[in-house]
Amino acid sequence: MKEVVIVSAVRTPIGSFGEVSNLNKLISVDDAVNMINDGMSIMVGGFLGCKNPFKIVNALVEKGVKNITLIANDTSFPEVGIGKLIVNKQVKKLIASHIGTNKETGNQMNAGELDVELVPQGTLAERIRAAGAGLGGILTPTGIGTIVADGKKTIEVDGKEYLLEKPLRADVAIIVGAKVDKKGNIRYSKATRNFNPMMATAADIVIVEADEIVEVGELDPDDIMTPGIFVNYIVLGGNE
Amino acid sequence: MMDKNLVKNYIAKRVAKELKDGNVVNLGIGLPTLVSNFIPDDIEIILQSENGFLGMGPAPKEGEEDPYVVNAGGQYTTVNPGGVFFDSADSFVIIRGGHVDVTVLGALEVDERGNLANWMVPGKMVPGMGGAMDLVTGAKKVIVAMNHTAKGNHKILKECKLPLTAVNVVNFIITEMGVMEVTASGLVLREINPEYSIEDVQIATEATLIIPEDLKEIQA
Repeated sequence: MKEVVIVSAVRTPIGSFGEVSNLNKLISVDDAVNMINDGMSIMVGGFLGCKNPFKIVNALVEKGVKNITLIANDTSFPEVGIGKLIVNKQVKKLIASHIGTNKETGNQMNAGELDVELVPQGTLAERIRAAGAGLGGILTPTGIGTIVADGKKTIEVDGKEYLLEKPLRADVAIIVGAKVDKKGNIRYSKATRNFNPMMATAADIVIVEADEIVEVGELDPDDIMTPGIFVNYIVLGGNE
Repeated sequence: MMDKNLVKNYIAKRVAKELKDGNVVNLGIGLPTLVSNFIPDDIEIILQSENGFLGMGPAPKEGEEDPYVVNAGGQYTTVNPGGVFFDSADSFVIIRGGHVDVTVLGALEVDERGNLANWMVPGKMVPGMGGAMDLVTGAKKVIVAMNHTAKGNHKILKECKLPLTAVNVVNFIITEMGVMEVTASGLVLREINPEYSIEDVQIATEATLIIPEDLKEIQA
């Protein structure tokens, strides 16, 4: 058995959302979901269900938050993680690189119920990173000469053509961490890192769902992959 | 005529011969994944998985799957000693930045100018491009590995009709009929499967094939 910290429900007064308090970032899954309302834009970490913040996402499905703009690499599988948000018709607009593993996404798109913006995976990563890094966009050769370039500015640099891709921010980022200390410092595990480090920098409210929460000082500073200053709240997910 | 699986393995085996010791290689989902089964023991290939690691190993034994180690298709895989995990931005630094030596992927259509279409059929099938647009834009060598035709329809065209993945990026097309190289003067048939005649291959190809004097038999 892993040693885990039992988290009590700590209410954070409305108005302080988005401000980082270092004193107590631990909240319950209910508190996390209470911050997420209809019409918000939400970034969710994970890659084909490896792994989404399953506990918070399941609670969002249960709460039935509607008209979400969802930003994620993919829409997982119909019965896994954020795939359920699609099946449950909670998403109004989707920004993702791949939707092929969740047939419901394609069905809703073809039926005109879901607005889908497909973004090349590397471009998606850099657009999010640009937003978090305070950049006005990125210049990429990816998408030149394709429909991805439609309506976008191209810029020539030293004789080579690039697409200007704009930064991408969200109201809320829900990410995952394997080991998270109480200041929100994150260590990811294996292939679960994917989009989480960029998303941690590019939203007004950043919530990390942790497999395990440890005391401050237990993580070697050399091993921390996302500094806790980016993280507003920590929810104990357990290793689901 | 070879059956479906034989054809796939035949293509994968020939693609494997294009890989050199020390190459960083990205294999697409499906047929390209089979290429890893044919890498000779005396060379080391470093497989890149665009969801965030280098040093991808074989599929795990049953019961040894790690839910945190999946490939870009969401299937369980393993990591070899010396492998390394990273985030999606770094993954595409490797891909877009020209640090992948060879990328192998399938196509819906490919044309004689090296244009590639493999991510959508409007109104029908729109899986999305995933990492494909970045891969073919950034990799040093782009190999399309696929069946020569689709249900008798041409896939190797004068000009792609489907929405493109990228313009002028494909270097080689390897099918069960032969190996074709995209050159400035057009599509050159470098190697042919001895089961077929040059005429057979041309009939199965909309683009006009250039037949060089030193046309070889495929050694797959």
